[in-house]
Amino acid sequence: MVIEVRDLRMRYGTVDVLRGVDFTARRGEVVALLGPNGAGKTTTIEILEGFRAPSAGHVRVLGVEPVHGDEAWRARLGVVLQSWRDHGRWKVRELLHHLGRYYQPYGTPERSRPMDTDELIKTVGLAEHADKKIARLSGGQRRRLDVAIGIVGKPDLLFLDEPTAGFDPHARRDFHDLVHRLADLEGMTILLTTHDLAEAEKLADRILVLAGGRIIADGSPDQLGRQVAGQSEVRWTSGGQRHVHPTEDATRFVRELLAGDDGVTELEVRRSTLEDTYMALVQRFESGQGEEVAAL
Amino acid sequence: MKGHTAHAARLGLERGLREFRHTLLSADQTFNLFVMVAFVVVLVLQRDSTVEGTALSLAAVTMPSSLGMIVAFNGLVGPAGQLAVNREDGTLLRAKAVPGGVVGYLVGRITQVSLDALISATCVLVSGLIVVSGLLGGTNWPLLAAVFVAGLLATMPWGAVVGSLTRSPQGAMGLTMLPMMGLTAISGIFYPIYGMPQWVQGVAQVFPVYWVGLGTRSAMLPDEAAAAEIGGSWRHLETFGVLGVWALLGFLLAPTILRRMARRESGADMEQRRQAALQRGSV
Repeated sequence: MVIEVRDLRMRYGTVDVLRGVDFTARRGEVVALLGPNGAGKTTTIEILEGFRAPSAGHVRVLGVEPVHGDEAWRARLGVVLQSWRDHGRWKVRELLHHLGRYYQPYGTPERSRPMDTDELIKTVGLAEHADKKIARLSGGQRRRLDVAIGIVGKPDLLFLDEPTAGFDPHARRDFHDLVHRLADLEGMTILLTTHDLAEAEKLADRILVLAGGRIIADGSPDQLGRQVAGQSEVRWTSGGQRHVHPTEDATRFVRELLAGDDGVTELEVRRSTLEDTYMALVQRFESGQGEEVAAL
Repeated sequence: MKGHTAHAARLGLERGLREFRHTLLSADQTFNLFVMVAFVVVLVLQRDSTVEGTALSLAAVTMPSSLGMIVAFNGLVGPAGQLAVNREDGTLLRAKAVPGGVVGYLVGRITQVSLDALISATCVLVSGLIVVSGLLGGTNWPLLAAVFVAGLLATMPWGAVVGSLTRSPQGAMGLTMLPMMGLTAISGIFYPIYGMPQWVQGVAQVFPVYWVGLGTRSAMLPDEAAAAEIGGSWRHLETFGVLGVWALLGFLLAPTILRRMARRESGADMEQRRQAALQRGSV
C-alpha cells in the first residue's frame, strides 16, 4: 500500500474536521478525494504530506508515519499545493533545474533522479516559456510549473491539491491530459483533491467522497454510480400526454409499460448520472447530520 | 546523510547567489540609491564641523559609523522581512516539500543577506568617498571585515526570530525598522554619543548598533580619533565581546524558533495569510 489511513481524526480547537477517515491507495492508482468546500480535503492531504500532525489515527505514507518522515522519504513524494506564488523573479528553467538537483542524492539504479529539466518543461507544455520570469506566467502556466516542480524528483506518490482551480476549460483539458500521461509514467500513484465531480470522474481510477469529516463513499466512478442505482427516470408520451416516472428497475417498468399500452411513443430512459449520485450522497449525509443535531 | 546535507548547503549557496543577482537588476536597488544620495547630503552638511577633541571633520566620523549601521540594519531587517514574505508567498513551504530544501533555503538566505549588506556597505563607502576622501589609506581592512562579519552574526539570527514570530511582512518590518531607527539615533552614528545623556549612552551600549559603529570607526579612523570615544579607547575587546554575546544568544535561540515556525507552516495557513494580504490590497 502506498497510502494507508485508519481512523484519522483532526480537531482544531473544539471543531472536529476529520472524524475517522479510512482509506488506502495502491501503487499506480489515481485516487480523487472529492467533497464540498470545507469537508477537510486539504487537511487530509496536508497530514499525508507531513505538513500537519493529526490529532489521532493511523497514517502511513510509503510505509512511514508522515510527521516522522525523513528527507529520503520526502524525496519520494511530489507536492503541489493550492496557492503557490513564490520565486517570482526566477526563470522557469532556472528554478526547475535548481529544485531538481535537491533530489540528485536520492536517485537509485532503478529510478534516477531528477528528471531532465528540458524534457519536463516540454512535458508540461512550457517550452516557449522556459526563459520567462515566473511572475509573468499566466495562472494556468504557473500551475503547470507547480506540477513540474512536483514531479521533477520522479516521485512514487504525487499529491495534487485542487489542481485546476481557476482554470478555463481549455487549460483544464490540457491539464487532464497531463495527469493521464503522469499516471502512465513509471507507476506513479496520484492523490488529488477536487470539488469538481466531472474532473474526478475523468481523472480517477477511484473516487473517495469526503463529507462532514468522513469518507462516505469509496469506489470507481462506475461502482459509485451503482451505489445509488435505481434512481432512473422513464419518460414517455401516451395519448398526447407526457409522463415521467422515477423507478428502481427501469427494465422491468418499461417491459410492463409497453405490454400494457400500445400508444407509447418518445420513450426515454435516463439513468442517474454520477453527479446525481454524488449530490444524493452528500445530501443524504447532510440531512443525516441535521437529524443528529436535531436529536440533541 | 551528512553528504546529503552538504549537497543541500551547496545548493543553498547557489540559491543565495542567484537571488542576489535577481535583486541587482531589480527595483530593490532604488533603496540603495536613495541611501547613497541621502548619505552624500548628510556628509556635505557635516563637512565643516569638527569633532570635539580631534582634528577630524564630523563627516569623516559619520562615514565609518554609517557603514557599521548599514551592516546591523541589513542583518536585522533583511532576514525578518524576507522570512515573513517567504512564509506568505510559499517559498518556505516549497523548501519544506523538497528533500534538504530547508537547509538550502537557510543557507541561501544567509548568503543573500550577507551579499546585500556588502553591496549596501559598498554603496555607502563609494558615495562617502566623494565627500570624505583620504580615509581609505589608513583603513585596517582585516579589522573592517571582522567587524562586518561580527555585526552580521550578532543581528541576523534576531532578524530571523522576528521574521518567524510575526504574522505579516508589514509586522516584521515594523518590529525591526522602528527599533533600528531608534537605536541608530542614540548610538552615535550621525552624532557623537557623548552628546547624549548618561543613561541613554548606557542603553545604547547594550545593543549591537553602537558597537558595530565603534568597530568600523576603529578600522577606518586614525588612532588619535579614539580620544572622542567613551573611555578614550576603541575598546576592541568589548566590541567583539558584546557582538559575540548577541550572536551566541541569537544562534542559541533562532534554530528552535525557526524549526517551530517551519514545522507549523502549512498550505492552509499560507492561504489564510494570502487572503489577509489580498484584503490589505498588497497582492
